[in-house]
Amino acid sequence: MTNNKESWANRLANLDKRWVFLCILLAVGFPLFFPIGLPMRPSQPVKDFYNVLQALPDGSMILLSGDYDPGTKAELYPQNVAILQQACKKHMKVVAIALWPTGPPMLERAFNEVAVGQYGYKYGIDYVNLGFKEGREAVMVEMGRSIRQAFPRDFYGTPISQIPLMDKVENYNSFPVLIDISAGYPGTKEFVQYTQGRFNITLLSAAPAVSVPEFSAYYQSRQIKGMLTGIAGGAEYEALIGHPALSARAMDGISFGHIVIILFILFGNVFYFLGKRTSA
Amino acid sequence: MDFLWITIAAAATLAIFSFLYKDNPFYKFAEHLFVGIASGYVVVIEYYNVFRPNLWDPLTAGSDYWLIIPLVLGIFMFTRFFSRIAWLSRWSMAVIIGTYSGLAVIGFAEGDLLNQVRASLVPLISTEAVKKLASDPGLFTFLDFMTNPLIVIGFICILVYFFFSKEHRGTYGSLAKVGTGLLMIGFGAGYGYTVMTRMALLFDRLFFLCSEWLHLI
Repeated sequence: MTNNKESWANRLANLDKRWVFLCILLAVGFPLFFPIGLPMRPSQPVKDFYNVLQALPDGSMILLSGDYDPGTKAELYPQNVAILQQACKKHMKVVAIALWPTGPPMLERAFNEVAVGQYGYKYGIDYVNLGFKEGREAVMVEMGRSIRQAFPRDFYGTPISQIPLMDKVENYNSFPVLIDISAGYPGTKEFVQYTQGRFNITLLSAAPAVSVPEFSAYYQSRQIKGMLTGIAGGAEYEALIGHPALSARAMDGISFGHIVIILFILFGNVFYFLGKRTSA
Repeated sequence: MDFLWITIAAAATLAIFSFLYKDNPFYKFAEHLFVGIASGYVVVIEYYNVFRPNLWDPLTAGSDYWLIIPLVLGIFMFTRFFSRIAWLSRWSMAVIIGTYSGLAVIGFAEGDLLNQVRASLVPLISTEAVKKLASDPGLFTFLDFMTNPLIVIGFICILVYFFFSKEHRGTYGSLAKVGTGLLMIGFGAGYGYTVMTRMALLFDRLFFLCSEWLHLI
């Protein structure tokens, strides 16, 4: 009996990890076909993000920095789309830049989907994609002096003197708010360190969940005025703008995935101690 | 044509996922393909978005001759391929390290040190949080109320933990232990958020496979 118990506990404690992968796959995939729509409550950083943008007058010009890549598309692209939804609803003009080489195509896709596809925005008049610029922190500081000098041409190679929207752009002072969609370095942390205080910028951040521990300190110190973090932040924001989309859909799957992981952690510990006790 | 590209993307996703079962040639192929394409993409973007508009075009137009300095420093970086003159690349590295060190010091002092210390100097009890808790007692208002005490106590205890000039014994040791506990909670929360990000990546790929590729949903 004891041997049976021991082997049973040990067998579960040493379960092939591929069974764990399969369980997580099923848990995350199940709500794709059977959406549940778990309730959510917008958190304060998300409400602040929404309120800062909502308080701007219609037609304001905002600066959007798309510092992410396909590797973080899962969390940040839905946020990018939702941010453009709110901006376009308020007829805001959007000037986009990127400090990541992979940022401009992500921005372009989001613009095409929302600004052009749903709101009929015109390139160069309602929005512009200035593309990528190498230099990281140096570019951030340079933009405080002159964005025109930091980005002499847009993503498509057009000199910015030929882009009507850029006539009114000089530096950070030309924008009431800077939104940084930040996957890592360079991103929100560097904007806080090098530009937020120095140029007195109202900074909003959209970031993956993994950045929460780092950016929460900046939100608490009000260096970041509002924050969207991960799929959860994106889903809460989509609820606030009244446009539930990709993030809201992903929340069910992620919640189920978390439940499975928590169960595995609990069972793993139980079987570990059970195995230890029986072997003793 | 779109379907072909989507199928290629789906095949690459499945090839990467196949590693979860065990290492195999499909995974290796997809991994190398990704590294190659990503490197090529960065080179092209850097050339058209950085090198041409910021260096080559102004130089050839004769508008900014001082750009010869970064051009020469850039060329020096390639001297690393030739052992006899590799030392020249140190000049370029010296400029890069010097510039970024200077920037980093200012950034850290302005953005992190001063503002974070200021933000940590909060009253132990927030009157606003007390009012909210009194008018609407509940879990979230209680957690709001607990924010300031946690910041103050956590700040002190974690600083005590990192102060090694005094032995961690007695009351001092207890404070350091509380600091250790809070750090562990912080690391746990950080790891939890990392897991959340990985779940999001998995969901995104499943959504892509089921929606854009197979049109099942």
